[in-house]
Amino acid sequence: MSEIISSVVAHYNYWIYIALMMIGLYAVIGKKNLIKKIIGVNIFQTAIILFYVSIGAKKGATIPIIHHGPGGGHHETTASVIEASQYMNPLPHVLMLTAIVVAVATLGVALALAIKVYNQYGTLEEDEILSRIRVR
Amino acid sequence: MSSQYPGLLIIVPLLSALLISVAGWVNKRLCFPIAVVGLSVALYASIGLLLRVLAADPALDGGVVLYRLGGWDPPWGIAYYVDRLNALVLVVVSVSALLNLIATKNDVRESFSTKIGAFYTLYILLVTGLLGITVTGDAFNLYVLLEITALTGYGLIAMGGEYRAPLASLNYVYMGTIGACFYLLGVGYLYMITGSLNMADIASILPGLYDSKVVLAAFVICMVGVWLKMGFFPLHAWLPNAYTYAPSAVSSLIAPLMTKVMIYVMIRLMLTVFTPEFTFSVLALQTSVVWLAVIAIVMGSILALGAPDVKKMLTYIIVAEVGYMVGGAWLGNRAGMTGSILHIANDALMTLCVFLAVGNVVYRVKGYGFDDLRGIFVKMPFTMIGFVAGAFSIIGVPPTCGFFSKWYLISGGIEAGHYGFVAALVFSSLINAVLFFKLIEVGYYGSEDAHHHHGTTPVSMAEAPVSMVVPLLIVAGGLIAVGLYTGDIVARIIDPVIAQTIMD
Repeated sequence: MSEIISSVVAHYNYWIYIALMMIGLYAVIGKKNLIKKIIGVNIFQTAIILFYVSIGAKKGATIPIIHHGPGGGHHETTASVIEASQYMNPLPHVLMLTAIVVAVATLGVALALAIKVYNQYGTLEEDEILSRIRVR
Repeated sequence: MSSQYPGLLIIVPLLSALLISVAGWVNKRLCFPIAVVGLSVALYASIGLLLRVLAADPALDGGVVLYRLGGWDPPWGIAYYVDRLNALVLVVVSVSALLNLIATKNDVRESFSTKIGAFYTLYILLVTGLLGITVTGDAFNLYVLLEITALTGYGLIAMGGEYRAPLASLNYVYMGTIGACFYLLGVGYLYMITGSLNMADIASILPGLYDSKVVLAAFVICMVGVWLKMGFFPLHAWLPNAYTYAPSAVSSLIAPLMTKVMIYVMIRLMLTVFTPEFTFSVLALQTSVVWLAVIAIVMGSILALGAPDVKKMLTYIIVAEVGYMVGGAWLGNRAGMTGSILHIANDALMTLCVFLAVGNVVYRVKGYGFDDLRGIFVKMPFTMIGFVAGAFSIIGVPPTCGFFSKWYLISGGIEAGHYGFVAALVFSSLINAVLFFKLIEVGYYGSEDAHHHHGTTPVSMAEAPVSMVVPLLIVAGGLIAVGLYTGDIVARIIDPVIAQTIMD
C-alpha cells in the first residue's frame, strides 16, 4: 500500500495528466451536448500540454539563460563551469507553444462548426439532432 | 536548384495558398491558376526528388536526400529526409492533388461561387500539410503538419451545402484531434526516453532501450493515434459520414490521400523509427494486429454491402482497404510489406478514380443514390469507362494495379501462415465484385425502368465537360499503366526500402 502511495506521490504529475486526459475523453465520448464535447477535446489537449511541461521541469533549476557564462560580457573574470543540472530543459515548453496554437485553432474551427450545426438544426444536443435527421 | 527541392515542395504551395487568399478578395479568377502553378511546382519537385533518390546509390549514403531547414544540423534542427518510400508517396500525393484540382474546376466554380478564394486556400494548405507529413524527418514537426492537414480538412468538408456535413465534420474534429493528441503523447514518451525528436536520431538511440516500458508505451500510443487518424476498423466511426457528406471536389481529394498518408506514417514509424526488429521481434502484438485487420476488412466489406448510397459504399470500401494495408504491413514479411507499400500508391489512384467518376455523376445528375445511376452508361459513357476501370482495380482484375498489390498481400499472408488474412482478402474481393456489378447492372440495364415513366423519350447523352472527363480517363489509364509497371516499381523503389531496414 505504502509503495503505491509513494509511487503516486513521486510521479504526481503523470497521475494528474492521466486523470485530466480521462476526464476529457469521458466528455468527448459520454456527453451528448456538442459544446461539452468540444470542451472535453480541449481538456484532453491541455492534459498533454501539462505532461510535456512537467517533463521539462526540474527541481531547484532556473530558466536556461546563461547569465555569467563565457561571453556573457559583464563578469568575464568569474566565468565558471556551466552545469546542465542547474537549468531547465526549454525544448518541451517551446514545443507546447506550438501545441497551444494548434489547440486554439482546433477550438476555433470546432466552435465555428458548432455554430453551423446550430443554425442547421436549432439545437446542440446530439440525440435531438439525430432524431431530426431521421425525421427528414 | 535541385538541392532545394524538399524546401520548395512545401514553401511554394504554402506561399501560393497565401496568395490565393489575397486573390480571393482582388480577383476571383486568379485563384485557380495560382493553385495550379503551386501544385505544379510541388509535382515537379517531387518527381525531381524521386529521380534523384532513384539515381542515388543505396549502399553509399543510404539513398537519402537530407535537407536542413535553416542550415541547422539534424539532431537539433528540423531536417527533411527523402528516401524511396516517401519519394513515392510524394509523387502520388502531388499527382492526385493536381489532377483532382483540374478535374473539379467547373464543379468548384459552380458550387463555391462566392467562396472560391477560401476553398482553394484550404485546398492548397491541405496538400501542403500532406506533402509536409510525408517529407519531414522530425516527429514533432509531423504532428504540426498533421494538424494543419486535419484543420483544413474539417473546413473543406463542412463547406458544401450538404445537410449533414457540419455535424459529420464536427464528429471528425473530435476523433481527429484525439488521434493527433495520442500521437503527440507518444512522441512525448519518445522524447522523454531518447531526448530527441529527429526520427533518424531516435532510431539510432532506441536499440539499447528496447526493454523499456516507456518505449513500449510510446509505440502503442503512437499506433493508436495513427489508427484513429486513418480510420482503422473499430476507430473508423467518423470516416464514412465525413467523406460522404463532403462536397464531391473535397471527397475526391481527401478520400484517396488522407488515409494513405496516415498509412505511410504508420509504416515510417514501424520501419524507420522503431525498426522492424522492435516492431516484430520484441513486441508480441503482430498476430493480434493482423487479426484486427482481418476484422476491419470483413466488417468494412459487410458495411459496404448495406450502404444506402454510392458514396457511402465507397467510404466503407476505404475502411476495408485500410485493413488491407495495416494487415499487410503487420504480417512482418517482405511480401506483405511490399504489398502494403504498393497498395498505398495503387489505392490512392483507384480511390481517386472512382471518386472523380462519382463527382462527375453528381455534377450532372445532382445525386449519388443508387437510383440516380439508372441509365448512366448511356448518359455518361466516358465517365463510366473511368468508373469501371477503378471498380475493376478495387476488385482486383488482372491488368489493373489493384490486382498486383492484392497478389503481394495474399502471398504475404500465405508466407506468414496467416490464412485468416488471406480468406478476408478473398472475401472482400468477392464482396467488391458483388457491389460493383450491382452498380454496373443498375447503370447499364436500369434505363428499362425509366422507359415506363417517361413513355418513349430515350435517355440522351449528357456527358460531363471535357475538363472533368479527361483527368478521370488519365487516372483510369494510370491504373493500368501502374499495373503494367508494377515489376519496375517493386524492384526499383520498394525492394530497396525494405532491404535498407534489413527485414526478412
